[in-house]
Amino acid sequence: MEALSLLQWLIDGLIGIGLLWLAWRALFCPELFKAIVLFIAFGLLMTLAWVRLKAPDVALAEVAIGAGLTGALLLSSWAKLRDFDANKGMGVREKNRVQSEQKTKRPFFHWLSATPVLLMAVGLGYGVLQLSPYATGLSTAVAENLDASGVSNPVTAVLLNFRAYDTLLEIAVLLLALIGIWSLEIRPSVREATLDPVLDLLARLLTPLLLLVSAYLLWVGAHASGGAFQAGSVLGAAGVLLILAGWRLPLSLAGLPLRITLVVGLSTFIAVAVLMMLDRGQLLAFPPSQASLIIFVLETTATLSIAAILAALFLGSRPDHSEKI
Amino acid sequence: METFYLVLVLFLLLNLAAGMWRVLLGPTAADRMMAAQLFGTTAVAVLLLLGQVEGRSALHDVAFVFALLSAVTAVAFVRRAWSEQEKKHDSK
Amino acid sequence: MTLSDYLSVLFLLAGAVFFLAGTVGLLRFPDVYTRLHALTKADNVGLGLIVIGLAMQAESYASVGKLLLIWLLVLLAGSSISHLIAKKALQKGVRMWRR
Repeated sequence: MEALSLLQWLIDGLIGIGLLWLAWRALFCPELFKAIVLFIAFGLLMTLAWVRLKAPDVALAEVAIGAGLTGALLLSSWAKLRDFDANKGMGVREKNRVQSEQKTKRPFFHWLSATPVLLMAVGLGYGVLQLSPYATGLSTAVAENLDASGVSNPVTAVLLNFRAYDTLLEIAVLLLALIGIWSLEIRPSVREATLDPVLDLLARLLTPLLLLVSAYLLWVGAHASGGAFQAGSVLGAAGVLLILAGWRLPLSLAGLPLRITLVVGLSTFIAVAVLMMLDRGQLLAFPPSQASLIIFVLETTATLSIAAILAALFLGSRPDHSEKI
Repeated sequence: METFYLVLVLFLLLNLAAGMWRVLLGPTAADRMMAAQLFGTTAVAVLLLLGQVEGRSALHDVAFVFALLSAVTAVAFVRRAWSEQEKKHDSK
Repeated sequence: MTLSDYLSVLFLLAGAVFFLAGTVGLLRFPDVYTRLHALTKADNVGLGLIVIGLAMQAESYASVGKLLLIWLLVLLAGSSISHLIAKKALQKGVRMWRR
């Protein structure tokens, strides 16, 4: 038993030190690409940390959103930035060098921005240490009301019933991000240079698998780890893969049908919220007998919207615009 | 048996730490990305081993999604980030 | 420990050796192509052996199926991506290592 706890201690210690090291390197690396790869590795290690903390739900969310699509989005943004710099005659590396020289010349601003962050870290640390080690938080309250929530997974019950407005606002944030990109991005999206038969085959094999896993995560969310965000992210990954393999939405679907898919999650959420408000006088208070059905509808539409939004974020510009060849 | 699994997990994590040097060294972007790929595969193995130790089948799901999405990230790298314009740096 | 336990330990150890080989290769090999070769050893054989070792300990056929599915997925993705990286490296003119 002694050896076992020592081993677990070593593993957790290694993960903890690794996380701090990766975070430090990712923040202070002058080369943007290297920082992105380090950030991807950070996301992967963070997943392992969540698993060690016995939080598989958070681990799954971290994999689906943090480690998976964020990496692809960052790499794609990096490529766009580099092309932008190349057009202006200034390489990324040069610019980085200039920037890092400027940085080293102004340590005062470094410390000015570091001070509130350090204060915040000290405050948070103090707060965590003040917590009673045996606090149960709200978990008993959740467990008591789980029957009325319509699902048997406490995490889903919290996210889509007890605190459903959290999820509502998260979807709204995603949609706002996309609206921002669509408003600012004036250049047409990049057409994939050459079509590759191997990539085409990979996309054809992986896409059905991604669809299946997405549906599975949506379904399993009612009683185990899973849920709309994870399912939407996996479905969005299918979209990203198809975009990368050179597939595009047919123009007939890229206009109104796409926009309807993008907003269906948020608008269903808001419609349900308003209906519940009129019916029961409280925002998003589901009647226990229908809670299961309502959560199912909300999650399904949210999954579709999240997937469409993520894929559209990756594409960058509006798909109904003509493409640069 | 549990101890053995955990020793393996620790060994694989040490492997990961060593592989990180390749991210720092480069020299080409592909070298850094390959280290991240190795990181992903090793993490899948670690997740499966931890799933066995803790008896949670949910970790299999996590490992599966992990494998699926790291493939998408790698494709995004090859198709988008590693394009022609970096040529000068790579072919020295 | 039963016979299947011993076999499982053997497979898991062999898998760990391939992961070590992959990491050493990634660190020590001289160019992109050879490092790619080292990387895929960990992807394909290393994970494969660990999956076999764990599958012998699995409680149900469903979880054996899931384990094998994960391995097949990594095989498929790993080999396709290696191909893409190697092709792109050739196109970009990354030099091959010569003795």
